[in-house]
Amino acid sequence: MFDWLQHITNWLVYEVMSLSKGEHLSEALNFFIYDAIKILILLFVVIFFMGIVNSYFPIDKVKNYLSRNKLYGLEYLMASLFGIVTPFCSCSSVPLFIGFVRGGIPLGVTFAFLITSPLVNEVAIGLFIALFGLKTTIIYVFSGVLLGTISGIILQQLKLESYLTPWVQKVLANAQQEQDTFIAEKQTLSQRFPVIWKEVKSIIKGIIPYLLVGIAVGGWMHGYIPEGFFEKYMGKDQLFAVPMATILAVPMYTNASGILPIVQVLIDKGIPLGTAIAFMMGVVGLSLPEAMLLKKVMTFKLIAIFFGVVTICIIISGYLFNLIL
Amino acid sequence: MPKTIKILGTGCSKCQSMIKVVKDVVTQHHLDVTIEKVEDVIKIMEFNVLVTPALVIDDVITIKGRVPSKEEVLALLTP
Repeated sequence: MFDWLQHITNWLVYEVMSLSKGEHLSEALNFFIYDAIKILILLFVVIFFMGIVNSYFPIDKVKNYLSRNKLYGLEYLMASLFGIVTPFCSCSSVPLFIGFVRGGIPLGVTFAFLITSPLVNEVAIGLFIALFGLKTTIIYVFSGVLLGTISGIILQQLKLESYLTPWVQKVLANAQQEQDTFIAEKQTLSQRFPVIWKEVKSIIKGIIPYLLVGIAVGGWMHGYIPEGFFEKYMGKDQLFAVPMATILAVPMYTNASGILPIVQVLIDKGIPLGTAIAFMMGVVGLSLPEAMLLKKVMTFKLIAIFFGVVTICIIISGYLFNLIL
Repeated sequence: MPKTIKILGTGCSKCQSMIKVVKDVVTQHHLDVTIEKVEDVIKIMEFNVLVTPALVIDDVITIKGRVPSKEEVLALLTP
């Protein structure tokens, strides 16, 4: 699909800059240019497409839907699926949480949404397609949804309502299947377009510095670190590689767009895909700043349980990937 | 009666951008309004928004979850 781009990059690096093929510098540079352009193109496409979907599926609709409908167990899966198309910035997690609780949506279902939404978002999907191809992307999305669903069900079973902060418990007591008077704006696609376009631009603008640094570091490693270098430290037979990678990743709050290009190179150099995916899920899905924000609505114990359950699920899926891929 | 603008947000970067846009519009066009930042989550939740930042003009939520353009804010503030 991107052969043309590779040709242009080759021409640029080997002909225009007249660097010779197979050297550290030329390979690193080639990698950087090719990756940067390819990633940006795919990000644009995916973010734009998701913007359109999201414009027709705003978060209020999702909440009302989950609050209104009895889904006989499927609500966890639905919440998780909605999480894919409705992105939210981490600073909205508290209002979102309260809004869901107030709408009478069970805690576990709310968690399912809160877990999948950051894990499977438009930026992650765009980057995944660009860096790892369609097959791996589908596996990632699928496991992200499954992870949210299963974690949500587990968290619901643990009956954690009493670990919410007192004011949230009060909200919970007054919860009802309330229907907000949400009037969907009747707009044509062309009316929505400027808003969507603006959002696409602002997302890309926000991640571009991280992305370029990430690709630059990746490019450098690509050119200078020998093939299979990590195999002996983090290969498939290293039993503790997956939990190590996950636990290392959780406190990290590096922008996913910076970390993914580096992970791509790590995989090239011998780290198994499952270990890498576990690492990425830890980075993207759980972060300390998010935990700090959630302190407003949850006691420390609840946050610990929440993070604990999700971390364990990530580790399990890492092992599964290493087994089947 | 001057309009009351409330900007709801817990202080993330999007919320800061919204505050800046609104303030810019107000000073550029010499609008007679009062701007109030609402940062307390409990107060924010009284407005029943799910995503921040949100722009509330005279207790009506006009924009939520995104940073508006200056033109948009101006259109909302001028009758």
